[in-house]
Amino acid sequence: MLVKFEFGSVRDTQWNEYATRFVFGGVVTLVAGLIADRFGPAIGGLFLAFPALFPASASLIQKHQREKKQRAGLDGAKRGRLAAGLDAAGAMIGCIGLAAFAATTWKMLPRHPLWLTLTIATLVWAGLAVSAWFARKRACSNLNLH
Amino acid sequence: MDLIVRFLVGGSVVSFFAMVGSALKPKSFAGLFAAAPSVALATISLTVLKKGTQYAAIEAESMILGAAAFLIYACLVSRVLFRKNFPVLPTTTIALVAWIGLALGLRLLI
Repeated sequence: MLVKFEFGSVRDTQWNEYATRFVFGGVVTLVAGLIADRFGPAIGGLFLAFPALFPASASLIQKHQREKKQRAGLDGAKRGRLAAGLDAAGAMIGCIGLAAFAATTWKMLPRHPLWLTLTIATLVWAGLAVSAWFARKRACSNLNLH
Repeated sequence: MDLIVRFLVGGSVVSFFAMVGSALKPKSFAGLFAAAPSVALATISLTVLKKGTQYAAIEAESMILGAAAFLIYACLVSRVLFRKNFPVLPTTTIALVAWIGLALGLRLLI
């Protein structure tokens, strides 16, 4: 299956779902800063990779998939749970990119400008995460796994 | 004022990545965005401005361990949701306790 960007999903998302993500994101960023202030950067830095938004995102994915199936007259509960599980499987691959983002930032930041460091680190994250996803997809196809 | 800026910047960056992720198909590819460095992108710039590059670099070094704990968290959640008939929100929320334990454990060990 090809990767697709569905604008319909952006339109279908309700304003309160966007608000939930905004508030979660804001709170996590705020708390990560407060933890660093209280316990130092070695502990605070851990929370830059805290999956706080994951439960909200996964439950929204489950809700959307369930509603889609229910509109077609099906139960949709199992499909919703599996879609959330697939999201988590994708996040596992994304974590490789996340660690590479952190390592690039750690090594580059003391010697290079902030804008350059964050640009390269973001490109490293995207490049590695997308490459790893396609490599896994190809390996699964070769082995007839899904 | 600093806290308000942090909240607004964090909320905006995280919602942007979440919005992009929710519109992508297939869902396993969209999941890559669940592990996007959104909080880090929002925080590191503000930290560099306030506390300098050395402080932010120490945070970034620790973030590697946080990402390793996230990988184990995602693996655990994925396996539970595929194999057990557990509800999504409680499963993913309770597993955050495992992330905290793993991340702090790794920090103490390394």
